Amino acid sequence: MNCSIGPDSLFHDNVLYRHIYNAIGEFIPSSLCWLDHIISGFLIILILVNGVLLGAALYVWLERRVLGRMQNRLGPNRWGPFGLLQPIADLVKLLTKEDLVPQGADRIAFLMVPIVVVFPLIAGLAVVPIARNTFLADLNIGVLYLVAITGLSTLGIFMAGWSSGNRYAMFGAMRGVAMLISYEIPTVLSMVGIVLLAGSMSLVDVVNAQHLPFIVVQPLGILVFLLGISAELNRTPFDIVEAESELVAGYHTEYSGIKFALVQMAEFGGVVAASAVASTLFLGGWSGPFLSGQLGALWFLMKLGFFVFLFIWIRATFPRLRIDQIMAFAWKFLFPLSLINIFATTLQVYWLRDDTGALSRGDLGLMAAINIPLALVTS
Amino acid sequence: MMTSFLDVGELAQHIQAAYPDSVEEQTASHLWIKPPLIADVCRFLKEDPELKLEFLNSISAVDYIDHFEVVYLMTSFEFNHSTFLRTRVPGRGEPEVPSVIEIWPGADYQEREIWDLMGVRFEGHPNMKRILLWEGFPGHPLRKDFQDAVEY
Amino acid sequence: MPIRTEPITVNIGPQHPSTHGVFRLRVTFDGEMIVDVEPIFGYLHRGTEKLAEERNYTQIVTLTDRLDYVASMTNNQAYCLAVERLMGIEVPIRGQYLRVMAAELQRIASHLVATGFLLQDLGALGTPLMYCFRERERILDLFEMLCGARITVSYMRPGGVYYDAPEDFWPALDRFLDYMPSYLDELEQLLAENEIILVRVRNVGNLPLDRLIACSASGPILRASGLAWDWRKADPYDVYDGLEFDVPVGTNGDNLDRFWVRMQEMRQSLRIVRQCVEQMPPGPVRAELPLVLRPPKGAESYGRVESPKGELGFYLISDGGISPYRCKIRSPSLLNLTMIKDLLIGWKLADMIVNLGSIDINMGEVDR
Repeated sequence: MNCSIGPDSLFHDNVLYRHIYNAIGEFIPSSLCWLDHIISGFLIILILVNGVLLGAALYVWLERRVLGRMQNRLGPNRWGPFGLLQPIADLVKLLTKEDLVPQGADRIAFLMVPIVVVFPLIAGLAVVPIARNTFLADLNIGVLYLVAITGLSTLGIFMAGWSSGNRYAMFGAMRGVAMLISYEIPTVLSMVGIVLLAGSMSLVDVVNAQHLPFIVVQPLGILVFLLGISAELNRTPFDIVEAESELVAGYHTEYSGIKFALVQMAEFGGVVAASAVASTLFLGGWSGPFLSGQLGALWFLMKLGFFVFLFIWIRATFPRLRIDQIMAFAWKFLFPLSLINIFATTLQVYWLRDDTGALSRGDLGLMAAINIPLALVTS
Repeated sequence: MMTSFLDVGELAQHIQAAYPDSVEEQTASHLWIKPPLIADVCRFLKEDPELKLEFLNSISAVDYIDHFEVVYLMTSFEFNHSTFLRTRVPGRGEPEVPSVIEIWPGADYQEREIWDLMGVRFEGHPNMKRILLWEGFPGHPLRKDFQDAVEY
Repeated sequence: MPIRTEPITVNIGPQHPSTHGVFRLRVTFDGEMIVDVEPIFGYLHRGTEKLAEERNYTQIVTLTDRLDYVASMTNNQAYCLAVERLMGIEVPIRGQYLRVMAAELQRIASHLVATGFLLQDLGALGTPLMYCFRERERILDLFEMLCGARITVSYMRPGGVYYDAPEDFWPALDRFLDYMPSYLDELEQLLAENEIILVRVRNVGNLPLDRLIACSASGPILRASGLAWDWRKADPYDVYDGLEFDVPVGTNGDNLDRFWVRMQEMRQSLRIVRQCVEQMPPGPVRAELPLVLRPPKGAESYGRVESPKGELGFYLISDGGISPYRCKIRSPSLLNLTMIKDLLIGWKLADMIVNLGSIDINMGEVDR
């Protein structure tokens, strides 16, 4: 073994990175260990990007099948077992389409949009732990990083609407900017409760702090978070940015071919990413009732699947709200609710924490007992 | 309880009392009003408390080669009766009839349609443009002398 | 200081997901608010009135199918009534019952489509629409048993209907009648208990009654605004005067009322169909008529029905030949469209789509 990560190394905690690094290290002379870091880094990015792409593709299939089932029809079932290869067929079709840029478009901004919308979702997933000690990066400001990076998608939507030179797209973008910025506030505030409980912004610490899943400790938090994130993702009942029956396709009306595929992927991938974040923050990520260490990834996937299904279910059920109603809902309902949540959580944490600032399972149980009735009363 | 049609004789007398010399011709079932007075008579029929023909069912036009006939069908919801009112405009050019859009806004599209397909203009209509066909379409297709395009 | 904004004009249609056919609107927006709207149509104009002047009286039935293509039966019926009045034909009682039954089934089918698309326009992605279409499918299956066609039925002829219903039609109809009320309950529950739908349709798109009457509107729109006017009651045709049914009336004339009136009308239609099944006497279904109809010269008639969209009338004039001299179609969709400015101006873009859906226009009928 030429290059390997020892117990004292900075990278030791990251199981995934250590294994890749050590495996490559076998074939590399010790003088080239920096090369090993580069290769492992690229490999891990490769895994992440492909994982996200695959996840988004699988999600598209799942959404179409589940929606189909809920709507009393079949959904894609021709290509591959249960139609599983349908996303690939779609991709091939979209790849072979002509790459169109409208004449009135702002060319540079128009072409940048697919990158700008896909980037935050891939980058955001980097901090989410998949299993025990298996993550791509453990940032000590993980939650803040997530908020910052997902905020970029607003920019992408506005760029798409503005640069297309299409009035439907412009409408979608204007609505989108107004709505996304409004909903960012309650969403972020709902995450503050989690940070208070965990005492850390790192998502790895958040998972470790969940002796009891935060969903029961933070019922208001999950409510606000789910509603807010639905709006951030332009899902029904907040899908006014796309609003099929009104704006044709909203901000991406003019996108076709592979650019359309990327924009769509950003949307569907966004649901997967949001579900991953939600299951990490509120359901305890990879930790499960038993065998958390060995089956961590499985627990994580199951929780992710739960949220994904929830999003699909909501999409199949609810009609869309009007823009003024959506804004009123954000500012008059979600915003006060998240403030109440923060206030209650702060007080509880202040009184219940021990000397190190940590909260035990019993403390969390007590908080849950207070917060669940509170949530029922206020909402 | 069928919708009854007004007796033409009585109706004609009623109209004559308000607008003397407005009836051009009457038979047992038909009543023709002089074209320039048709809008006034319609307003009278709509507002008259004994008739209250407040609902304009439809306006239609018929091409009788030597003249065009514009047919109004109106109904009263209160008395559940209705009547046809007709007016004849001679000529093959672009004959004109006063528009009833002021009385019934519902006449808007129907009058435009008649102009479009039959070529009868309605005087006083604010937007007398073609409605189903495009501007520049040759002729008015519901006229009996309309020639089909030779090939499509 | 008020913000100075510039109105923008958006072209909606003729290819747009929710204009219900090839319908085009040139809308001027101030932000999200509609300040002006100009409807443009004629994209589906096929010259039905001109074509009718070159077909014989029986052939025109097939043209009427294509007017309002989601409610062909009532189109057939209106035309046949006009021809029968033109010639003084007496339709056998069984034929009349079959016609009423088919027309009421068609009304349910058409209202299901209207309701489903209204919910689709609200943004409920496909689900309510598919459920409505599933039920409509059952009705279309019944039509298929009746006449072999599902959409363009041409079931009715001057003098009656084409064929009597086959034996296995009646048990199928019974099954449908037993099942349908529970489905309507479900659909109504979906409306009445979904907060989002309620805030989107209640007090949106109000139409005052006096304006509707002045604009010659008819059908569910008129009734939703509070006037109990139904041509089936006011001017009964076929066997409607022997059947019991109520005319549901709304109060506000908003989208919710229009939706509600359609729901109630479906229930009343079920009631009528059930009565038809019970009362239907045996006998011929079509009057004995010559192969080619020749009404007397100079005769004219106006036959009208209460179609799902409103008053559908055929004004026929005969010159003694085998085809009508003039065939004017009074289409409810066109006339209901007249008050589009009242319906849309002042509302938001999202409401515009719903308001347009709530009056249930059909471009086949608007353009003819």
